[in-house]
Amino acid sequence: MNLALAKNETGRPLSDSFAVARDRLPGTGKVAEARSAAFDAYDRVGLPHRRIEDWKYTDLRALMREVLPLAPAPDAAALKRAAAAVKLQAIKGARRLVLVDGAFAPKLSELDGLEKGLAIRTLREVLEGGDAALQTQLFTPDSANPLVALNSAMMTDGVVIEIANGVVLKQPLQVIHVATGATPAAMFTRSLLRLGKDAGATLVESYIAADGAKVYQAHDSLVVAIGDNSRLDHVRLVEDAREAVNISSAVLTLGAHAHFNTFGMTSGAAVSRYQATIAFAGEHSRVETNGVNLLNGRQHADTTLFMDHAVPHCVSREVFRAVADDRAHSVFQGRIIVRPDAQKTDAKMMTRALLLSDDAEADNKPELEIFADDVTCGHGATTGALDESLLFYLRARGLSEKEAQALLIQAFVGEAIESIVNDDLRELAIAAAQRWLEARS
Amino acid sequence: MTALLEVKDLKVRVEEREILHGLTLTVNPGEVHAIMGPNGSGKSTLSHVIAGKPGYEVTDGQILFRGEDLLEMDPDERAAKGVFLAFQYPVEIPGVTTWNFLHTALNAQRKARGESPLTSPEFLKKVRAVAKSLNIPQDMLKRGVNVGFSGGEKKRNEILQMALFEPAVCILDEMDSGLDIDALRVAADGVNALRSPERAMVVITHYQRLLNYIVPDFVHVMSKGRVVKSGGKDLALELEASGYAQFEDAA
Repeated sequence: MNLALAKNETGRPLSDSFAVARDRLPGTGKVAEARSAAFDAYDRVGLPHRRIEDWKYTDLRALMREVLPLAPAPDAAALKRAAAAVKLQAIKGARRLVLVDGAFAPKLSELDGLEKGLAIRTLREVLEGGDAALQTQLFTPDSANPLVALNSAMMTDGVVIEIANGVVLKQPLQVIHVATGATPAAMFTRSLLRLGKDAGATLVESYIAADGAKVYQAHDSLVVAIGDNSRLDHVRLVEDAREAVNISSAVLTLGAHAHFNTFGMTSGAAVSRYQATIAFAGEHSRVETNGVNLLNGRQHADTTLFMDHAVPHCVSREVFRAVADDRAHSVFQGRIIVRPDAQKTDAKMMTRALLLSDDAEADNKPELEIFADDVTCGHGATTGALDESLLFYLRARGLSEKEAQALLIQAFVGEAIESIVNDDLRELAIAAAQRWLEARS
Repeated sequence: MTALLEVKDLKVRVEEREILHGLTLTVNPGEVHAIMGPNGSGKSTLSHVIAGKPGYEVTDGQILFRGEDLLEMDPDERAAKGVFLAFQYPVEIPGVTTWNFLHTALNAQRKARGESPLTSPEFLKKVRAVAKSLNIPQDMLKRGVNVGFSGGEKKRNEILQMALFEPAVCILDEMDSGLDIDALRVAADGVNALRSPERAMVVITHYQRLLNYIVPDFVHVMSKGRVVKSGGKDLALELEASGYAQFEDAA
């Protein structure tokens, strides 16, 4: 790839917008330097395209074309529309943290009565005046990935959550990203969650659009450190507007005897990519990652996971279910690396895709790289249509074609949804799947 | 009087091969008809075509249900009108609880008939009563549809649905296959409990054994895609003694 060409296609206009946006971006000194370095890293490559292996199935030059200008800060009317959208996503008993058009919205969030040992700040606060160690941690995601670099350069706000040693939060934390803009714009957010030792938390991330928001880009990233003997339950639901783009990255590290259970579901956005790197840094830890794509029309959704087993005695499980109708395209890339020291690793990955139309496409790319000799690793992938004999059985019992399909689709994604431990969160995911099923009938 | 189910000179093809060559059968309310015949005589094809399974091409003849053209209806419309097929091999549907399946199916049928849906408590009450009368334990309802069920449990689940949906005509396709004698008796008792002056049954079977438990009013012998002989319940006993060979020659 010719570098000059990359700039001409995508880099140049954005450099201008970075220059324009620069003054609005929080942080000076080291932070500003880190931003510039990240932007340069992005600018060298531009939007990734299919000739870059990791982006083979998700060519952002074709799918996204350009990075939209930075969204303006939300005004009162935008906040009002955001509040209405947030209401529909509210989980009983959760502590709500709302980002509107990429800016933290204190009035829509609940910051009162924080439990002892829980600290919440905004990204803006931390970048403008926080301690250097936190700032450094916020820049840990690897700029070798151009979209991560772009996010590092442009991040404007987010939440920075710290949970002290020994604190197990009873209340789930729910971060809601709402887009309200009627004119096309991009938002860049980054959040951080640090769990001390012997701690526990539940984090929910929802991506939604307020009434009237159509064309926008949500660029988000999440940095998570789970301390020794701690547990994080995580749910993310992408229900963005049907013309929107959602590019999200996550970098997670686990200490020893830690547990991370995550579930993600994408039913919204025209184009989405979720790229997560999960690294085991301590022994005897466990990760369960479950995902569902529910796609129709011309939706494109990519989930790219990288499970890094660097230490012995850790367990990882990946279960992924994709449903694609019409001309939708689902991508799952799962890479597992078992490094030489990571003996007794137990890593498994299973992906299944259900194609509801002849024009739908599902790409599964499992990659196992094993450098240790005493491990249990496996992967499997299947792709198929709905079973005709099951459909007939249901129809012979009175279900219409759509009802019969809906029941079988529910069953297909059910295994992944069942992995959500918290009852309220599981209900939230079931409701999101239900909305998708109802919209197609 | 309009017959409940009338199959008139039915010709059916599967992938260029004709399976039924002009089959005629009339079933009135309250009657139990047994259809017997050797393997490959077209018994299951008949049951599938009545229920509306895709893959069969009707080239001639008709099927009327209360005088209406059944072949014009989708399988779910037929079910809502009161046609029920008890499957020879009920499918397993992992991830869908029996409970949810039964509730969804019953309400779909009610909706199609313009009746109000049953709420969860109403449904609960109804299904519990029916399950109890068939000796079906509650925990079976919580499991995935037919997942891990024994042959007998699967057939009992079919009868449970029959009792719940209260169809006008029940087609029982080889209900005895895969059942031992005790399971067969339990299943047959369930079917007998559903006999009524308004409801008709078509019992398809290879063996006479089942007819000891579900005693038919009429017996039809099928061979090579046609009904070759009809008679009363004694015909089944006659067949048991002499076998199907005589009819295979006749057809």
